[in-house]
Amino acid sequence: MAKRTVRRARDGTFQLKLTDEERDLVASLAEQLRELLLSDQPEGVERLFPPGYSNDEERETEYRLITHDELLEKRLASVDVLEQTVTQTSLTEEQLTAWMGAINDLRLVLGTRLDVTEEMDRVAIDDPRAPALAVYQYLTYLLSEIVQALSGTL
Amino acid sequence: MTVAPVEIKEPTSDVDITPDRPWVVIVWNDPINLMDYVTFVLQKLFGYSREKATKLMLDVHHKGKAVVSNGPREKAELDVFRLHEHGLWATMQHDE
Repeated sequence: MAKRTVRRARDGTFQLKLTDEERDLVASLAEQLRELLLSDQPEGVERLFPPGYSNDEERETEYRLITHDELLEKRLASVDVLEQTVTQTSLTEEQLTAWMGAINDLRLVLGTRLDVTEEMDRVAIDDPRAPALAVYQYLTYLLSEIVQALSGTL
Repeated sequence: MTVAPVEIKEPTSDVDITPDRPWVVIVWNDPINLMDYVTFVLQKLFGYSREKATKLMLDVHHKGKAVVSNGPREKAELDVFRLHEHGLWATMQHDE
């Protein structure tokens, strides 16, 4: 039987089988996400702060005012947990949930930049987007593993 | 200290006339969020069964959107916020 990348142990913790290279990649992406979130004019983060009212400008302005900082704080808190636990082989459910949030945020930012479509599985090897797409696809794989493991807690 | 000029606001839309009309929370399809992830989030946030969450996710995927919850404005707004926290593309509007 193939070993899963993220597996729920009997004691309720989650075992994480990642190589050092994978952990380095995840740590580096987490750092970039924090810098992006904290920059003065972050680009490509619209999917992280979407509108709540599609056809009511006044209420949308109010919604944004009330929620933006809290959404930002929650996103930064997940990045913090991811960075602090990136070398661990065992995570609590709370920590893994933070990983899930930060990795999904990374996919939203990267996917927006790459302008991905549902059919976009691969691009030509000499396509300038190829390296970023490979990272995106790795994050997709890691997120599915995490979601599958956490689904056992519902 | 100054006193702001008094401005009388006329109701400009039916929103003000029928405050009790329920709001619906809609999740929209997007090319990034994973199907399994959307199902998981709907189960986790709303306590839906796997079957119900999967059906809603498939509606989002195939029809472009699905109503995932409804209720008074405050509740709908909180639901939208929690969906945004999880990276889903959600908006709220009056029930049609």
